Amino acid sequence: MHTAPFATTIARYTLLEAMRNRLAWLALFAVAGALGIAAFLHQVAIMESREVGAAVVAAILRLTGVFIVVAFVVTSMVREFNDKVLEIVLSRPVPRASYVFGKFVGFSTAAFAIAIGFALPLVLFTAGARVMPWALSLACELVVMVAVSLFCVLTLTNVVAALGAAAAFYVLSRSIGAAQVIAAAGERSAAWTDRAADWTVAAIARLLPAFDQWTQTVWLVASGPDWAALGSIALQASVYVALILAAALFDFHRQNF
Amino acid sequence: MKSLLARDERPVKDVPPWVIGALAVGLAAQLVVAAVRPAPRATAEDLPPPPSTALLRLASLGEPVAAAKLLMLHLQSFDYRVGSRVPYRDLDYERVVAWLDRIVDLDPLAQYPLMTASRIYAEVPDPAKQRLMLDFVYRRYLEDPNRRWPWLAHAAYVAKHQLKDLPLARRYAVALEKNTTTPDAPLWVRQMEFFILEDMNELEAAKILLGGLVASGQIKDARELAMLQARLKGLEERIEAEKKAGK
Repeated sequence: MHTAPFATTIARYTLLEAMRNRLAWLALFAVAGALGIAAFLHQVAIMESREVGAAVVAAILRLTGVFIVVAFVVTSMVREFNDKVLEIVLSRPVPRASYVFGKFVGFSTAAFAIAIGFALPLVLFTAGARVMPWALSLACELVVMVAVSLFCVLTLTNVVAALGAAAAFYVLSRSIGAAQVIAAAGERSAAWTDRAADWTVAAIARLLPAFDQWTQTVWLVASGPDWAALGSIALQASVYVALILAAALFDFHRQNF
Repeated sequence: MKSLLARDERPVKDVPPWVIGALAVGLAAQLVVAAVRPAPRATAEDLPPPPSTALLRLASLGEPVAAAKLLMLHLQSFDYRVGSRVPYRDLDYERVVAWLDRIVDLDPLAQYPLMTASRIYAEVPDPAKQRLMLDFVYRRYLEDPNRRWPWLAHAAYVAKHQLKDLPLARRYAVALEKNTTTPDAPLWVRQMEFFILEDMNELEAAKILLGGLVASGQIKDARELAMLQARLKGLEERIEAEKKAGK
């Protein structure tokens, strides 16, 4: 069996599973909930009610999107482990890489659809031109989280451990900028402990995507990023996905099933 | 870790070389991208006005104390570099005070915000900014004098020695004397007004204050009492000398 058609088949079935898992309904409920909260705040806000709505809906949907994607990837993969689907697949004469790529493409397509679906309601609060960069950045963020979740679940093969690791990764990536700012106070200090703290945080930051700079709510309520900034996010996402997929493949090839 | 992974492993040589190559290239590319990416810095201009206390409390998800501690560290990082000549000088102090107010609201038992206000932010060589910070310390001291007296005592010192504003220093000293009732506070905290009055050349008022303190019996330590009595005597001699000189 050729690698590419096999990966395509895996991707198609992963997408089919996303649809049968009622992921769209879950996303729809999330949108309805976020819009409900925005409507409530719209009544309460004395001024800038549209900005309040845009900011709140965007923040809720961004986190919800990450949660849905990570939970879907992890539970879907663990189900395949438990049902021995993976072992059946690997018994066929196909490279392991095609299975991982197929899964990644299927999950990423679902994640991309969620990003678009979550961006659409924001048009109710702000101009479409402002929503587009936000949506593209969210899509990049979700695709990175797909790769990270895939890596975590392939390595840990356990729901709680994989969810925990992916969540920790996300929280760390969102907060590493603040940690760098705090640690930078010691960069000219003579004390080795200050320098060690600064270097450690800087080293961790180099291994993480700067999620605190991505998908910013301020793009919806004030000025959006220029194309160069958006291109930089896309480049960072591509490089990071390549790295994490390579790490996932490395680990997957070492496992005995 | 082994039990967490719970699996059999094949040797590294079973991993296709292109996967190892892709991992190495991916890691190198990530390091290059991260190195090119500008490192975040909190400059003075970046300090935004704080949200309301209610919003911060809501955002803390029921952990206002933890949120206050993190906010304090974050606030401290603005415009600060170890070794820089004058840290914090370029900050908008009205915003700093607003942030400190929020942090104290979230965690009223914390000493950190008051300490940084009186000992760090109030040390910048800018009298207007120093006054803003001292006023913050004074205002928040009045809410919990027995816990926050050290910071107002230092504020009185800054007002007296750095701002050379003796009436302001006296105002703080009077507040310390009136409101600080805890036995943990040393006696000098309640004697500050006397020393400031002496510096202001308000010798009669200083004499009355010190005489009252000595006569009150509050001072139990014999050496301290002797020192204050000697000081009182010196004060009386100065008053007499000034009266003679006036004649």
